[in-house]
Amino acid sequence: MKNIFKSELVLEFFEDKLAVIGLIVFVIFAVLALVPSFFSYQNPYDLSQLFLQNSFQAPNSNFWLGTDGQGRDIYSAIVYGLRISLYVGLASTILSVIIGFSAGLVSGYYGGWIDTIIMRIADIQLSFPAILIALIIMALWGAGVGKIIIAITIVNWVYYARTARGVVLSEKEKDYSQSAKALGMKNFSIIFGEIMPNVTAPIIVIATVRIANAIILEATLSFLGLGVPITQPSLGSLISNGYRVLFSGYWWTSVFPGIVLMLLIISINLIGDRMRDIMNPRLKR
Amino acid sequence: MTKYILNRLFHSVLVMLTISFIVFFIMFKAGDPVELMLPPDATQHDVIQMRHALGLDQSFIVQYTKFLENVAKGNLGTSFRYGEPALKIVFERLPATLELSVLAMIFSIILGVPLGIISSIKPNSIISRIIMFFSLAGISVPVFWTGMILVLIFSVILGVLPSSGRGDVFLFTSAFTWDGIKHLIMPVLTLSIFQLALILRLTRTGMMEVLMQDYIKLASAKGVPRKVIVYYHALKNTLIPLVTIIGIQFGQLVAFTIVTETIFAWPGTGKLIIDSIQSLDRPVVVAYLLVISLIFVLINFIVDVLYTFIDPRVRV
Repeated sequence: MKNIFKSELVLEFFEDKLAVIGLIVFVIFAVLALVPSFFSYQNPYDLSQLFLQNSFQAPNSNFWLGTDGQGRDIYSAIVYGLRISLYVGLASTILSVIIGFSAGLVSGYYGGWIDTIIMRIADIQLSFPAILIALIIMALWGAGVGKIIIAITIVNWVYYARTARGVVLSEKEKDYSQSAKALGMKNFSIIFGEIMPNVTAPIIVIATVRIANAIILEATLSFLGLGVPITQPSLGSLISNGYRVLFSGYWWTSVFPGIVLMLLIISINLIGDRMRDIMNPRLKR
Repeated sequence: MTKYILNRLFHSVLVMLTISFIVFFIMFKAGDPVELMLPPDATQHDVIQMRHALGLDQSFIVQYTKFLENVAKGNLGTSFRYGEPALKIVFERLPATLELSVLAMIFSIILGVPLGIISSIKPNSIISRIIMFFSLAGISVPVFWTGMILVLIFSVILGVLPSSGRGDVFLFTSAFTWDGIKHLIMPVLTLSIFQLALILRLTRTGMMEVLMQDYIKLASAKGVPRKVIVYYHALKNTLIPLVTIIGIQFGQLVAFTIVTETIFAWPGTGKLIIDSIQSLDRPVVVAYLLVISLIFVLINFIVDVLYTFIDPRVRV
């Protein structure tokens, strides 16, 4: 773990202006999402704070980004939506990393039938588009924040499992793992104590990019009405609600949440891209 | 080679059986479509009768065995909702979906590969930076958001393109009629933006890695013209991984038609699956998934065969 945070790498990260901009945007969004009540002047889901006479106002000095059909301030709704989107993205990524990582380590280290079973499951899953799997799970389970996190985890663990397994296969033949074995270390400590630190770097890079992916997947499912419930709308569900009134000309209800979603994903991708470039020795001259 | 093909075939059948079992089981657990199908004033007697007529009162094992028996005869069951063979319903809508996917893929390749090459030759030039910025935006934009913005601009504000339906269809496709083409533009664009950006970025990364190899340096030291190096030596080696990715991505495209078809009310399989899941129409859902996974298997197979042609190392 330590070698990732070597100051050299951190300095290299900051050499790329776009990546720094990405980081700044992401931090701003993260802070907004952390304490949404502090940064918005209305709790968009407290019905006592909504007034119907404010419905469908175009952006003005009271409501910077306009209001929706229930008089809900779009800016406040976006801040709260960011929270849900980020939460789902991060939680599902962390869960899938833990599950996929362990599965990949075990599968690669032990080989044999454990490996066969885990990799067969992975193969079947990868022979099918991720969105379809998540769609079916959500359609039958019904909407829910916890449910969508699990659905995305089920879809995403495979990628980490594959990567971890690949690295383990090459690492376990190296001298240090062999000598750990010769010293009589238990398999468990070899896997998690000796090999794991070497698998961490590629996994972190993939995870960064896949957070963006998880957020898009959540937003897409919510747009189709199969994601988070109406009481806890994410950016995707805000866009979905706004899309219904797009033809009536109330463009601000969907366009602003969409722009924020886009900026969020671009910022994560910028950070992920930079990390990948730094860690890919093949691109170094 | 024959052994390899048979092996692959066996594996694919296994995968499809597993998929059918899982989906069948999930749909079985999800509940009974009968309540959704009958009018609200139907009596309990009607419900029981209909459940019996559809064979839904039997145990899971019995139902699944019966399903497998029918599959062996080439029958994937009758849709609960439409009363027609499920496979027929899926095949009727497949052309509309494949039309979108194929056109989107062609568009992404003919634009993505050249732009990727351009941005790899001089990675620090202004043009490369502009291309890369737009490609980053491209992979960062959810499909539904692209579609929505296109609808806002071209249908709501400018009013020049229709926002729903397929238009006039001639010979299974809209691409041969003017009205059809107008209906096609936005869905195809929506579907291809992400793929375009992805193919562009992969081409670029691949080219940059290849251009740094020793044999390229040797070629330019020997005085081989730059154009020959880039478009012949480097591109050839970049295309190998690209073919695999394009194969996999085509499957993703077919899946993402679900979103595109929902936005543009496109009468293809994507809209069909959403409707069928919601009405618990199990035969159609299972038939759709089996057809899609068959398409996946076929694509993977074609990619593998193509591979042996492009990459002589694989030819054993």
